[in-house]
Amino acid sequence: MLEIKNLNASINNKEILKGLNISIKPGELHAIMGPNGSGKSTLANILSGKEGYKISGELMYQGKNLNEISIDERAQKGIFLAFQYPTEIPGVNTSNFLRTSLNKVRKAQGKKELDALSFLKIVKEKSNELGMDEKMLSRQLNVGFSGGEKKKNEILQMKILDPNLVILDETDSGLDIDALKIVADGVNSSRNNEKSFLVITHYQRLLNFIKPDFVHVLSDGKIIKSGTKELAMELEKTGYKGIN
Amino acid sequence: MKNQNINYNQDYKYGFTTDIENIKAPKGLSEKTIKFISKVKKEPKWMLEWRLKAFNRLKVSKEPNWQKPKFPKIDYQDLYYYSAPKSMKDKPKSLDEVDPKLIETYNKLGIPLNEQKKLSGVAVDAVFDSVSVATTFKDELTKKGIIFCPISEAIQKHPDLVKKYLGSVIPISDHYFATLNSAVFTDGSFVYIPPNTRCPMELSTYFRINASETGQFERTLIIADKGSYVSYLEGCTAPMRDENQLHAANVELIALDDAEIKYSTVQNWYPGDKNGVGGIYNFVTKRGACRGKNSKISWTQVETGSAITWKYPSCILQGDNSIGEFYSIAITNNYQKADTGTKMIHLGKNTKSKIISKGISAGKADNTYRGLVDIGRKALNSRNYTQCDSLLMGNKCGAHTVPYIRNKNSSSTIEHEATTSKINEDQLFYCNQRGLNQEEAVSLIVNGFCKEVLQQLPMEFAVEAQKLVGISLEGSVG
Repeated sequence: MLEIKNLNASINNKEILKGLNISIKPGELHAIMGPNGSGKSTLANILSGKEGYKISGELMYQGKNLNEISIDERAQKGIFLAFQYPTEIPGVNTSNFLRTSLNKVRKAQGKKELDALSFLKIVKEKSNELGMDEKMLSRQLNVGFSGGEKKKNEILQMKILDPNLVILDETDSGLDIDALKIVADGVNSSRNNEKSFLVITHYQRLLNFIKPDFVHVLSDGKIIKSGTKELAMELEKTGYKGIN
Repeated sequence: MKNQNINYNQDYKYGFTTDIENIKAPKGLSEKTIKFISKVKKEPKWMLEWRLKAFNRLKVSKEPNWQKPKFPKIDYQDLYYYSAPKSMKDKPKSLDEVDPKLIETYNKLGIPLNEQKKLSGVAVDAVFDSVSVATTFKDELTKKGIIFCPISEAIQKHPDLVKKYLGSVIPISDHYFATLNSAVFTDGSFVYIPPNTRCPMELSTYFRINASETGQFERTLIIADKGSYVSYLEGCTAPMRDENQLHAANVELIALDDAEIKYSTVQNWYPGDKNGVGGIYNFVTKRGACRGKNSKISWTQVETGSAITWKYPSCILQGDNSIGEFYSIAITNNYQKADTGTKMIHLGKNTKSKIISKGISAGKADNTYRGLVDIGRKALNSRNYTQCDSLLMGNKCGAHTVPYIRNKNSSSTIEHEATTSKINEDQLFYCNQRGLNQEEAVSLIVNGFCKEVLQQLPMEFAVEAQKLVGISLEGSVG
């Protein structure tokens, strides 16, 4: 699914990623943990194609070189980023935005675009699964949403767009335990042996609810240790400083 | 009755083409030109005198020059003030002869083929969809006593109404371009809604036969009698080509007791090319008088075209409890310039006004909101709320807000809010990550920014206007 080899990235001449390697197969869920400033969000941005970084190394997604694919095309090919800080877009109706997005993705994949009614059916069903208030769908996108609502809205979009590679960028931050459970349920119910996940998190807490196949520790732009979910437990005890 | 109607339409159609086709107007601005226009329009003597009075005034009047966008000197003696409608043989024979760029835009806006032909000036037979639509409309309006016709026809058939109201909101002596229009206007719309009548449909210039030929010095007069309501649409979302560079239209609205007028404009005249060459100077005077108590006038404008847009649709709130509203979207791209806003003059007691202005500037364009709120000494307990938002795209464009605020009594309140922001990179990234390309993302974000104004437009118009907002900004974000 995703093959990253010797990835280096810098922004404004500041090196952030320094030779990062990771390989994710279909159906796997990888967690990346690391202290603040270790380059976690940079990795998420680069995978989704955000501009402004100077990049070297190999980035292969489904056998294609990601560096040659624009942000929107990556999204259409099934890369989904759940944002750490979902942005507010005033005046844009949440449900309309979702439908526009879904139809762009469907169209690119050669599927029929959905009309308003069939879309509404799907979106209502999925938002109920996440315990979301349907009224949220008619509000302006992320405007005045609480932290929890914003994150749930990201998970809702993930469920509707049905991507191949999901990147969750600190989706757990700022969530209370109930919201965290709902978000985790949303992720768990989407898992299957075709879809891959890259879960970026600061705390081990999320991994109590989402069981990773692999855990990597990112520090100073490199993966310094990889293992299974036991590694996350170890981190919880020793802290990042204890890993060497 | 029915026969009469048919005769009337034929008179109009044939009278127009045979009489005028081969007559050439004298060049330049002179008494001779004005007499020529008046004669071609078969106007009564009082109308000619009115025009000449304006012309005399013009001689001692000077172009205003306080606006931000400056323009090269206009040689008024080098213009034609009356151009006969192009004959069939001078028009393009088919859409193949029309600028492909224009056709591309029509297709993006989803404009049907027949309408494309009409808009781009392709020669089509007299039997034409919208013509028959216009005739059907006319019958229905006539039954309700509503008058909706070219102003040149109203001058002949309804002289009392025209004499009473023409120039009553925009006096002949108002300012240079308004005076110029009064002297040389060629045509425009006339609307009269009788007392206690709700106009059953949106009146649109689009459905007025021959409307496309009257662009340069258009004159519109709308009167809503006591307790009546009318919604009027001007322009259309398709790009409008015109050879004439100067457009100086006058629009006057009069609302009597308990009457309401809603006036919506989509202006999409030729903006000039990417380098700022060519394009229309759109110097328009629009003013409405809420003359009666509890009356209401609401202006909505979507301004995306023209090289220079210079207009301030205004409300004079004379009647007690009257309401004035102004909703505006002004988009400037490349080298376009806009200096637009409104004037809310509060004279009556308990009068209210609301101004929502959204300015979007891209490329090397310059966008100014200029607005006056004036609450008079006797306009007790009056209120104004103004919100001006500017959105900048790129770092070579400009946005300016110039509010003039005067409150002459202590029982009234004025609120003014203004914001200026740049199009947000995070918003663009978010939309891109959800599969929208750059242009779709810009269109979505800007439409969101303009939503409060767009939702004031009549439904079918709003959908087209949304697309237009996106198209106007194509290529504006790298």
